[in-house]
Amino acid sequence: MQFAFTEDQLAISQAAREMLVDTCTPVDLRKLLERGDPRDDARWRTVQEMGLVGMLAPEDKGGLGMNETDFVGIAEAAGYVALPEPLVELAGVAVPLLAGLEDDRGWLERVLNDGATVAVAAPGAPFVADADTAGALLLADGDNIHLITSNGFALERQQSADPFRRLFAVDWSPSADTKIGSGWSRSADRGALFAAAELVGLGQRCIDMAVAYAKDRNQFGKPIGSYQAVKHLLATAQVKIEFARPVVHAAAAELQIDSVASRARISHAKIAAAEAADLAARTAVQVHGAMGITWEVDLHFFLKRVLALRNAWGTPARHRARVIERIQVLPTGPDLTFASVQ
Amino acid sequence: MKLDYNDQQRAFRAEVRAWMEANVPSGPLPSFDLTREGFEAHREWERKLNDGRWGMVTWPEELGGRGLDLIRWLIFEEEYYRANAPVRVNQNGIFLLGPTMMEFGTDEQKARFLPRMAAGDDIWAQAWSEPGAGSDLAGVRSTATRDGEHYILNGQKIWSSRATFADWAFGLFREPGSERHRGMSLVLFRLDAPGVSVRPIERMDGEKVFAEIFLDNVRVPVADRLGEEGQGWHVCMATAGFERGLLLRSPARYQEAVRKLVALYDANKDILPASFAERVAQSWMDADAYALAIYAMASRLVAGGTIGPEASTNKIFWSELDIGLAQTAMDILGERAELMPSASMAADIGEWLQYYIFALAGPIYAGSNEIQRNIIAERMLGLPRA
Repeated sequence: MQFAFTEDQLAISQAAREMLVDTCTPVDLRKLLERGDPRDDARWRTVQEMGLVGMLAPEDKGGLGMNETDFVGIAEAAGYVALPEPLVELAGVAVPLLAGLEDDRGWLERVLNDGATVAVAAPGAPFVADADTAGALLLADGDNIHLITSNGFALERQQSADPFRRLFAVDWSPSADTKIGSGWSRSADRGALFAAAELVGLGQRCIDMAVAYAKDRNQFGKPIGSYQAVKHLLATAQVKIEFARPVVHAAAAELQIDSVASRARISHAKIAAAEAADLAARTAVQVHGAMGITWEVDLHFFLKRVLALRNAWGTPARHRARVIERIQVLPTGPDLTFASVQ
Repeated sequence: MKLDYNDQQRAFRAEVRAWMEANVPSGPLPSFDLTREGFEAHREWERKLNDGRWGMVTWPEELGGRGLDLIRWLIFEEEYYRANAPVRVNQNGIFLLGPTMMEFGTDEQKARFLPRMAAGDDIWAQAWSEPGAGSDLAGVRSTATRDGEHYILNGQKIWSSRATFADWAFGLFREPGSERHRGMSLVLFRLDAPGVSVRPIERMDGEKVFAEIFLDNVRVPVADRLGEEGQGWHVCMATAGFERGLLLRSPARYQEAVRKLVALYDANKDILPASFAERVAQSWMDADAYALAIYAMASRLVAGGTIGPEASTNKIFWSELDIGLAQTAMDILGERAELMPSASMAADIGEWLQYYIFALAGPIYAGSNEIQRNIIAERMLGLPRA
């Protein structure tokens, strides 16, 4: 029993986090928006050069042969900066999905070696993110996995409140030709897990921004952060994050078990992270006062990402149903914390 | 990261489980807060635990422990709560004063107090709060006046759990004339010493869970001071760290309560709206989240880390999850929630009313949640002091 990251894991996450915090500031986000580009090419190149995209692909397929526990800190860091590029869904969901296929039609190699991207939609999701820049889409028809390439679909942009979420309705038809496998469960779990990790990062960012503002903004002759009313709002939000993060980390470590218990953990992680991020974002708006609901203050970039990810890869209601099912199917009790003992 | 137990940890769990199955009393013991008999029955249980070397498994072997790490302690606690073993009457001693004494005590003090504490020979109460010093603990006014090799203690303490029947107390006293955080010392005193009088305080349900302690020229040897003279605040903050951090409330307590909540829900679900399933699930998630956070904290400590201000997040989380859990149970019981255990229609309800009333105290004791939020805001988030 060792519920801690290794030195290596911490070092990789730290390096990725520093790079993202340096290159993806709110100023960078606003510049990207002004340019109207789908992504920041220099930053995306750095992400690729660091090998982050191939972390969850096996070494014999050109990846780093790492696992969910290695990547979870990077997803958290991507959330912390509200990264516009599709790192989390590409590296966290599409790449391991492709790597698990008998025949991926060469797409894993194109992603790892040629800089191609593959977009992936959660089963039942009404739209696909980042489909316009993707060379191929991974889509669900029931439990079947379909891969379609640019001549096989038509896209219609659906504007998200989050200006960096590039959402598209996809007009496509599943066929024997497009089917490349079946079994979405593990991929949907990765999607939920890493969305949860992003939400933890987003929540922490909202609190950090609110703390910085509360130290700076004076009313009644003192920084508003010196007043208990403000302190307690922020402390309450921080507590929720502190008790979402370990659930997300446990969900990452247990994902491979693929059981009722491990899937309930992922759902718990998604619910807890979404609620923590939601509270942090709303608290940050309150602490910023009227400035909090303006376009001028950067907070809304993070709040809108929270709004989106809260429902991505399974709504809270759907995940709650899985937790309820786990409680009904498996015994509960103090000796049954970990999925490994169920 | 490895979220599985190794063979030794599994064998340890099996050993604890077998001992508990053979030794835990079949029914609940009489309350330790109502009668001397109930208190002594719990003392006997402490002796039995100690005889099996189960009193405090993390303590060194020479003090009756097993020298085990915190992961084993968590496993022990899981089996303890799973077996519905009696509440630890000496928790102020073994979980709070014991670790403090190991850090700050002299060898003579450790030898004199810790084995007796482990054996249940001395049951301890905490004597920190005063009528005028609750959340503002630095406002303590009780005094310890140096008189050669003795202190003369005077003043009044309050909200001392178990003090009605306990043997000893550890209290915070100040040098006359000193102010705030300076000049305080942590002094150990017998509750039957001349000049000490104890007045039980009834909780709203009639249990005498805590007491007031009056000290009138109580003579205590200087050798019964824990830590340096004048360093009492520093010593107490270390104790408070243990209290909020992980020793006071092990996650198993809440996970076992959730197991009972699930059973209560299952027995009543035909007449409950579907929303109750979500509330029960929320309590299950909260208890598991607390368990995971504590396993992570224990792993960090085992690897040589320390507990910082995040201990305050623990205290807020467990006290609030406990109220949510208790409230859900009360709402499942519906009209019968108000029934005292003695009512014939309450035969199958269990102890939820008592659980609920005790849960209400959670956000107050061990440092109110308002104080914890100040600590989080100032020491974790770096917000300015008022």
